[in-house]
Amino acid sequence: MISIFLMTTLALVACKKDTAMQYDPNVKSEITLEFDNVAGDKELQLNTGSYTNASGQTFNVSLLQYFISNISLTTADGRVYTVPQLESYFLVKEQDVASQKIKLMVPEGEYTSVSFMIGVDSLRSTRPIGERPGVLDPANYPAGHEGMYWSWNAGYIFYKMEGTSAAAPADPTGNRKFRFHIGLFGGMTAPTINNIKMNTIELTANGTAKVKTGRKPVVHFLHDILKTMGGTTNVDLAANSTVMVSPFSANIANNYVKAFAHEHTHNE
Amino acid sequence: MKHQWLSFLWAGALAWVLLGCAKSVSPAADGKFTGFVAPANFPKPVYDIPAYPVTQAGFELGRKLFYDARLSRDNTISCGSCHIQGAAFTHHGHDVSHGIEDRLGKRNAPALQNMAWYTSFMWDGGVGHLDMQPIAPIENPVEMDESLASVIAKLKASADYPPLFEKAFGSRDISSARMLQAMSQFMNMLVSANSKYDRVMRKEGDSFTADEQAGYELFKARCATCHQEPLFTNQQFMNNGIGIGPNDDKGRYDISLIEKDKYTFKVPSLRNVMITAPYMHDGRLRTIDAVLRHYAEEVQASPNLAPGLNSGGRLGIPLTANERLRIKAFLATLTDDSFIRNPAFAEQ
Ligand code: HEC
Ligand code: HEC
Repeated sequence: MISIFLMTTLALVACKKDTAMQYDPNVKSEITLEFDNVAGDKELQLNTGSYTNASGQTFNVSLLQYFISNISLTTADGRVYTVPQLESYFLVKEQDVASQKIKLMVPEGEYTSVSFMIGVDSLRSTRPIGERPGVLDPANYPAGHEGMYWSWNAGYIFYKMEGTSAAAPADPTGNRKFRFHIGLFGGMTAPTINNIKMNTIELTANGTAKVKTGRKPVVHFLHDILKTMGGTTNVDLAANSTVMVSPFSANIANNYVKAFAHEHTHNE
Repeated sequence: MKHQWLSFLWAGALAWVLLGCAKSVSPAADGKFTGFVAPANFPKPVYDIPAYPVTQAGFELGRKLFYDARLSRDNTISCGSCHIQGAAFTHHGHDVSHGIEDRLGKRNAPALQNMAWYTSFMWDGGVGHLDMQPIAPIENPVEMDESLASVIAKLKASADYPPLFEKAFGSRDISSARMLQAMSQFMNMLVSANSKYDRVMRKEGDSFTADEQAGYELFKARCATCHQEPLFTNQQFMNNGIGIGPNDDKGRYDISLIEKDKYTFKVPSLRNVMITAPYMHDGRLRTIDAVLRHYAEEVQASPNLAPGLNSGGRLGIPLTANERLRIKAFLATLTDDSFIRNPAFAEQ
C-alpha cells in the first residue's frame, strides 16, 4: 500500500517535472533580453580599454549607445509574439547597465528565436511628437554627446560609437577622435539612404528561452564592437574617422548588424 | 490675461473693419476663434488636423512660444526674430538668416504659410513633420543654440507657462510633446489664402486686370509645373539653374545622399512673393526682376538641372520684356494683406 502510494507520488512528481513546461499562451510572463557589449574576447570598458581593429589600428571607446526596437519572439511551435510597437523602443547605453537589460512581458512559451531592429523604423520616424514617448522624445537626451536625434535631418541616430585612436586625424583641438553616428531611415516623402537593420537570432544552439510564470529567463546577447569596425568592410580610422550622414554609413550599418550573437540563456 | 484678450478682440475688430474682406478664410482675423478652416480652393491638409485639432488656448500658447526669446540659449532670439509677419514670416532684407550673437546661417528664411499642407520643411526637406520643425532652429548653433531639454526646463521653471499649458492641455505638465504640439497649432493657423488670386479663383467678386490675366496665363504655361497652384509649389526638389553657390550648398543631397539630388532645393511657394525678397535658398537675388531675368537669360547648365529648363540645349524659359511685366502683375495678386496684418498672428 505504502509502496503503491510512493510509486504514484513518484510517478506524479516525475510527471509533474515533465509537464512543468506546459505553457499557457494566454498568460504573460517576464523575459529579459540582455545586451552585453564586448570587444572580441574582452569586456568593453569605456575609456580605459584598448582594442585593435581589423585594420591593425588601436583605439578606445568613450561612448556606445544604440536603439533596439520592434522586437518579436518566435516559439518552437512557430507562434510569433510581436511586442506592441509603442512599448518596443529601447536605448541601450554602455554607460548605463540598467539600459542593457530589456525586460518584456510575453506569452508563456519556449522561444527559439528573437528578432529586433537596430534603429527606429521609418514609420515612427515620421509620426507626430505625441507619438514619440520615452527614449524617442528628443527632449530626453542629455545635451551633448548622448543625443540620438538629428534635428536638421529629422530622424534618430540609430547607433552611436565614439572614441579615440592614434590612427585618426587630429581635429582642430588636437584630439584624435573617431565618431560613428549612424542613422537615416529612408526618407518621409522622397527617398534617402536607408540604414535600418533587422536581425533575427536563433537561440536553439545556445539555449532556448523558457518563459513561464515563476521563472525569469535572461537571453544573453553579445554585441562585439570589433565587428562594427570590421567584417563586411574593414574600417580604416585614418580615412573614416567621422561617419555620420555619408554614404559610408551604410558600410558600418552592414557591419554592426552582424555584430550581435547569442551567448547563452539563463532559465532560472 | 483677460485684458490682453480684450485688446486682442479690439485689434481684431479694427482689422475686420479696415480690411473688410477678412472673411471665412482667416479664421482668427475677426477676433472670433473658429479653429482651423481649410480654404475652399485648397486640397486636404497633410497635417492630421482631426487627430490634433487647433484649440484657442493651444493656438495662443503656440503663439507665445513662437515669439518667446527664452527658446534661445541667451534669451535673445525668438522664432519671430527671423520670421517677421509683415514679410509673410520671412527674415525681411536678410539674404541668409541672422541668429544668436549675430551668427550667420547658410540659408534664406522661407515664408511661413500654409504649412498644414506641406509634406516636408526646409529648403532641403530635412524635416518631415511640422511638430519636429522647431527643434532644428532651437538646436542649431547659428540660430538659437539651445537644447530642447533646456527649453523645457526653462518653461517648467517659469511663472507664466504652467497655467497656459493647463489651459491648453488640461494640466500644468510641460513636455516637449505639448510644447511642440502648441507650436504646430499656431503654425497650422498661418493660412494664407485670401489674396486677390484666391478671391478671383473662388469667384468672390474680384476679377483680374487684363495684365494680371495675361500674366496668369503665362504663369500657368511656364512656371506652374513647379510652382503648382494653389500652394504655388509642387513640393519637389529641383535645380532651377541658379548655379552652385560659393559655399557649395548641395541642398537635398545633404539629406538624401542620392546623386540626382545634388544642388536641388525644395520649390518654394510664390504666395506673398512680392514681400519676401530676397529670393532663392541663399537669398542671392534681390528683386523679382532679377528672378525673371534669371529664368529668361541666366539659367546655368548645372548638375541635375530640371529638364523643364533645358529644351534641346536652349536653357531657361523664354520671356519677353512685356511677358515679364505681365507675370509680375500676376505675382502681385498673390500678396495676402489680411494674412500679414492679421492681429491674431502678431506678438501680443
Ligand atoms: C536665426 C533665424 C531663424 C530662427 C531664430 C528661426 N528660424 Fe525658422 N527658418 C530659418 C531659416 C534660415 C530657414 C530655412 C532653413 C533651411 O532650409 O535650411 C527656416 C525654416 C523654417 C521653417 C520651414 C518652412 C518651410 O516652408 O520649409 C519653419 C516651419 C520654421 N523655420 C519655423 C521656425 C520656428 C518655429 C522657429 C522657432 C523655434 C524658427 N523657425 C526660428 C531661420 C530661422
Ligand atoms: C523646373 C521647376 C521650376 C520652374 C519651371 C520655375 N521655377 Fe521658380 N523656382 C524653382 C526652384 C527649385 C526654386 C528654388 C531654387 C533655389 O533656391 O535654389 C525656385 C525659386 C523661385 C523664386 C524665389 C522664391 C523665393 O521665395 O525665394 C521665384 C520668385 C520663382 N522661382 C519664380 C518663378 C517664375 C516666375 C517662374 C516662371 C517664369 C518659375 N519660377 C519657374 C523651380 C522652378
